[in-house]
Amino acid sequence: MNAPFFQFGMFDLESALIIAFFIGIGFGFFLEQAGFGSGMKLAGQFYFRDLTVFKVMFTAIITAMLGLFWLSWLGFLDLSLVKVLPTYFVPQLIGGLIFGVGFVMGGYCPGTCCVAVVTGRMDGWIHLLGMFAGIFFFGEIYPFIEGWYNSTPMGETTLVSLFNLPYGTMVFMIVAVALLGFYGAEKLEQNFSK
Amino acid sequence: MKNPKPYLNPYLAGIGLGLVLLSAFVIMGRGLGASGAFTSVVAAGVNTVAPAHAQSNEHYKEYLNTPSGNPLKEWLVYEIAGVLIGGFLSGLISRRIKRSVEKSPSYTVASRMFFAFFGGILLGFGSKLARGCTSGQALTGGALMSVGSWVFMVAVFASAYAFAYFFRRQWQ
Repeated sequence: MNAPFFQFGMFDLESALIIAFFIGIGFGFFLEQAGFGSGMKLAGQFYFRDLTVFKVMFTAIITAMLGLFWLSWLGFLDLSLVKVLPTYFVPQLIGGLIFGVGFVMGGYCPGTCCVAVVTGRMDGWIHLLGMFAGIFFFGEIYPFIEGWYNSTPMGETTLVSLFNLPYGTMVFMIVAVALLGFYGAEKLEQNFSK
Repeated sequence: MKNPKPYLNPYLAGIGLGLVLLSAFVIMGRGLGASGAFTSVVAAGVNTVAPAHAQSNEHYKEYLNTPSGNPLKEWLVYEIAGVLIGGFLSGLISRRIKRSVEKSPSYTVASRMFFAFFGGILLGFGSKLARGCTSGQALTGGALMSVGSWVFMVAVFASAYAFAYFFRRQWQ
């Protein structure tokens, strides 16, 4: 078998959209089950009260990362056909800093906001409106910041190519750091709940 | 009305999310996203109200010229439609659907709504600068070890912790 299936032309664009819908259902389901429809729970991360955001996010990252590694090692998946977004260092750094303020101020991120909205959170609805306004604002000023937006391009750089390490070694290091992080997160929660 | 069910164990929820992400990689060769779908909606909206204005803007144009020709007939838009349904179904079976406002009990609804809106603006703007949000950059790019995604992730956590003090009354 050859994966990614879509890249090998196993189905057309129309079918891809239906698949997108079902993948989305799984995504939304687990976000809600994790408790990410609640702004109080999400914000708890930033007061060391509840480190669920960190635990869920890094478990998801290492699960998908290990899955990709093994499927590619078994020859089932061609890793070079999985799209890596190109890096633009400075705009992504500044974007992340602004995003972080918005996250702790507003209580949600774009994906979790969707889950908040459908489970009846009124602040989630208002947050969603704000997000549309922010995106609209970006779109309107885009002609003036286009040069800066495309500055410091690094191409499709990954941690593997940056540190020049074997793929498996990099995966192992990230998994090890995540496991240490989970241990630390459990300890922190115990201390802060006393 | 019965009480809401407890949330799923965070590590199990993480494995579930990770497998959903992995299935997107394996089936499509791409990851998940959220802010991109909202941009498609904004671009389609601007194009409906002021088509000439939208067509003269390179950023809107990128979201308007989809393979299908319809800006809303896009992979991420369908995925987010699924997220809304999946979140609703999960809330329904766990009895967590309730009209409410997330905030500390002593905090006023008006202040909460103000910060929800203003925080949303920053979040939307920030995700555009970063070319993605917690779904497209942190989760997807994180699993693919993209340098920009890890820079974004570290920046989000650093800045949220740095500014948490100013919003503590809302959340504690």
